[in-house]
Amino acid sequence: MILAYFRSLAARFFHRSQTENDLEEELRSHIQLRADELERLGLGRAEAERRARIEFGSQEKFREECREAIAGNFLDILIQDVRFSLRMLRKSPGFAAIVVLTIALGIGATTAIFSVVDATLLKPLPYSHPEELISIESDLPGINAHDVGMSQPEWQDLQQSGIFEYVSPTWFDENNLTGSSQPARVRLLIVAPDYFALLRAQPQLGRAFDPQYNSPGFIPEILISDALWKRNFGGDPNILEKSVRMDTDLYRIVGVMPPGFDSPGRTAEERKIEIWAATSFYGPPLPDQPARNRRNLPTAIARLKPGLTIAAAQSRVDALVASLQKQFPSDYPNGWRVRLRPLKDIVVGDVRQPLLLLLGAVGLVLLIGCVNVANLLLARASARAHEMAIRRALGAGRARLIRQLLTESLILSLVGGTAGVAIVFAAREPLLRLIPETLPRLNNTSISWSVLIFAVIVSILSGVIFGLAPALQAGRLNLNHALNQDGRGSTGSGERARTRRLLVIAEFALSFVLMIAAGLLLHSFWDLLNARLGFTPQSVMSVRTRLPYPNDASVDKYATAAQEAPFICELLRRCKSLPGVEEAAVGDPAAIPLDQSQRDLNTLEGKLFVTFEGQSAKPDAATLIERSRVTPEYFQLVGIPLLRGRLFNEFDTDTTPQVAVVNEAFARNYWPDGDAIGKRFKSIKPDSPWITIVGVIANARTQSLAQMDVPQLYLNVYQNPAKHLAIFMRGRVDTAAIPDQVRAQVQAVDQTLPVFGAQTLTQTLSDSLAQRRFSMEMITAFAATALLLAAIGIYGVISFMVAERIQEIGIRLALGAQRQNILGMVLGQGLRLALSGAAVGLLGAVIVARLMLSLLYGVNPTDPLTFAGVALLFITVALLACYVPARRAIRVDPMVALRYE
Amino acid sequence: MDYEAELLPGTLDLLILKAVSLGPLHGYGVLLRIGQISGRALLIQQGALYPALFRLVRQGLLKTSWDKSENNRRAKFYELTSKGRKRLREETDGWNRLVAAIASALAAQPQEI
Repeated sequence: MILAYFRSLAARFFHRSQTENDLEEELRSHIQLRADELERLGLGRAEAERRARIEFGSQEKFREECREAIAGNFLDILIQDVRFSLRMLRKSPGFAAIVVLTIALGIGATTAIFSVVDATLLKPLPYSHPEELISIESDLPGINAHDVGMSQPEWQDLQQSGIFEYVSPTWFDENNLTGSSQPARVRLLIVAPDYFALLRAQPQLGRAFDPQYNSPGFIPEILISDALWKRNFGGDPNILEKSVRMDTDLYRIVGVMPPGFDSPGRTAEERKIEIWAATSFYGPPLPDQPARNRRNLPTAIARLKPGLTIAAAQSRVDALVASLQKQFPSDYPNGWRVRLRPLKDIVVGDVRQPLLLLLGAVGLVLLIGCVNVANLLLARASARAHEMAIRRALGAGRARLIRQLLTESLILSLVGGTAGVAIVFAAREPLLRLIPETLPRLNNTSISWSVLIFAVIVSILSGVIFGLAPALQAGRLNLNHALNQDGRGSTGSGERARTRRLLVIAEFALSFVLMIAAGLLLHSFWDLLNARLGFTPQSVMSVRTRLPYPNDASVDKYATAAQEAPFICELLRRCKSLPGVEEAAVGDPAAIPLDQSQRDLNTLEGKLFVTFEGQSAKPDAATLIERSRVTPEYFQLVGIPLLRGRLFNEFDTDTTPQVAVVNEAFARNYWPDGDAIGKRFKSIKPDSPWITIVGVIANARTQSLAQMDVPQLYLNVYQNPAKHLAIFMRGRVDTAAIPDQVRAQVQAVDQTLPVFGAQTLTQTLSDSLAQRRFSMEMITAFAATALLLAAIGIYGVISFMVAERIQEIGIRLALGAQRQNILGMVLGQGLRLALSGAAVGLLGAVIVARLMLSLLYGVNPTDPLTFAGVALLFITVALLACYVPARRAIRVDPMVALRYE
Repeated sequence: MDYEAELLPGTLDLLILKAVSLGPLHGYGVLLRIGQISGRALLIQQGALYPALFRLVRQGLLKTSWDKSENNRRAKFYELTSKGRKRLREETDGWNRLVAAIASALAAQPQEI
């Protein structure tokens, strides 16, 4: 049935001429029959036929109406319009190519950005019933500490509250995997036994943990990722029940997760987990009876009971938290608050705003592209005014003309859209590489159905946007006016010229907004790049290693500072002897300046709850501070100068009183009026020693490029042993050879240790800017495109104006006008348009700049330098674009111009 | 062809169906026939006739065939289909009811109310 319909449609499409012939013949026969009658009444044959034709009226109108009556439905008229449009476009291939190219670029770019937004922001997390998944964060409002983690008893309380189906703490860690040829560092996620039940995820091979497990310590089983399975075990099908050693402990591999399974994490490191291990979070190596105030479970996720909204769950959690605080007042001197957030917010985190900004920017570029095309179409409409007038005069209806022109626009935009999507599809591999690693990619970015539908909708919208103005103009065509003009048809109506000027102003306004956005980002980025670092990253490398952390503390070779010190001394001695190395130091990963990839590790490793001596009346009032552990050589090596007191030295050992070095910001923050040196503090862990501050160093941007004054506390590795280690080396080292050289030295001391993560500090610094650089580069590219389009637009309008007024200019020149005046007149016209656009754009730019506030660094959203710079660039480009037609204007030969008619 | 009365909207189709029901006609013949049976009282735009004819063909009320006219010219002839005949009956009934109703409304006298 449908097939038959399409066949008849196709038949009508391709064999229209049959019907047309029929129509013609019927028309002829009617005229003949009427002429016969008139002849009978006594007229001559010729006169009779003439009269018959006159009586009949407009034959074109007749044909048109008959076609509509025969066709009868929208589709047929559409096909007719499409055929006609294709014919028209084939006649002006240059014009069609320019329009299709503009639209293809606009829609291609928009679709590309949208596919990223779709995969990242719009698609749900790739787990079953993702709307039930939430993240749990604990705050201590009393000391304004956020996301401080929870303790084992608190986890149990939430688990048994009846609000959640499952709650699982997640503890990101690294681990030393031994058993294959080289000890490897693996990304480990320590979870509760019900973690996979919570995510409703199944391994491709084997089984998940037993969700009911509740015995002390770790389950001696692990699940591994598909990537690790293939890389380290060669995809061995008999992998199950194989055992491996992690940090010297023996684990059985019970399952392999499917390829593409990622854990919901905040960073790329947290998502690309290689091994999952499960524990009940008590028993060795953790305390047998964990304290309620020991918040050592850094993050947690949960699945809500079906049908429960987050808001309802939150209010029930609030009640639970309030009653627990009453029950255990001594554990909550700083209050306690539990926040539930959709898990997706955590995963998407800080990329939402930059991505939306990008989508907005690329949308503006497309809009500007549309305006440009509208302008082109209007110019063409001037040239076609005569044609339109004739078609109107011959009986084409106004609605029909509008429909025809809109069909033309839609064809252009759909062809452009198709080309755009095809370009994106063809270039998807290099495009995907542009996306920084930090972007969460739980869902693969791809040209999915939703992306295709988006592209089609955007194409249609663009077609309507750029086609509407010219179509309506054509509909309002003044027949007399248009027909009375000579064949050139170039002197379009004043209205059309006005519309074109308005469009150019709109274009300039839109691109001004984009330019300001790009300018602010560029300025921020420039400031960040040129910020005084306070340390010297040049020719410093860091290489990571890690000491094992066995579950049974009695077999730990590096349990105490005294046990670890010989290893570190020997390591430093060996590394200093490497070719090119001038200085060497050891620290923990928190000491690597600006290292974003270690953020997860640092949340747990790098934070300490301390009490200051004599600071608080309340003995339990704890302060959360961030600390790094380093050897004495560190400060000299990274180039942070000592301001007061002393640095660590070789006399600070595990047998001498513990000492600390703080930065200026730390000293100012906690002792705004006094001297920090000599002050003491200690960790709230039981039996912690007092630590005395012995030195104050200068502030440096080691934590964030954007912030100089982050309080920093440094402890001595020889007094506070660290398991996660970074070896720092300064000198002219061979960056390619260094990983192997360091591995040889480390494994000469202990051959079970992995060596990984070799990086120059300059590289680390540059990586920390990756996401900002991505946003900045994209926006700048979009802004440049926008400006180029606007320049083309104004060039078109001014050229057109010059062509239109060539006679007038000729007359003026003939009457003695100076060429300078003509030049001024033309440039003035262009400048007026550009400035009007800039004025309108200024309003939009101020609004957009405020929305971008969080993306800016050190730059006021109304930064006068940026605004002035952009305005200047803007005017320059506008003048340049107008200069070409202006030159044409002053070169006009009066004689030629006047003789032209 | 100075016919007096303007056609009421929607009545053209009815007139065409009626004209054709009296025997197959070509387009020009339809025009003449309507003039003839309406006592030359109804004015039909020549241009409006053909779209109406094509519409009726598309609705399956008329069928067409090429034939020789009375003065030996090739012309397209229209005749009623069975569906067209049925429609003509319905429309005629409807029209008569409408005319009767309007006539009785117009003939109403004050004392009848």
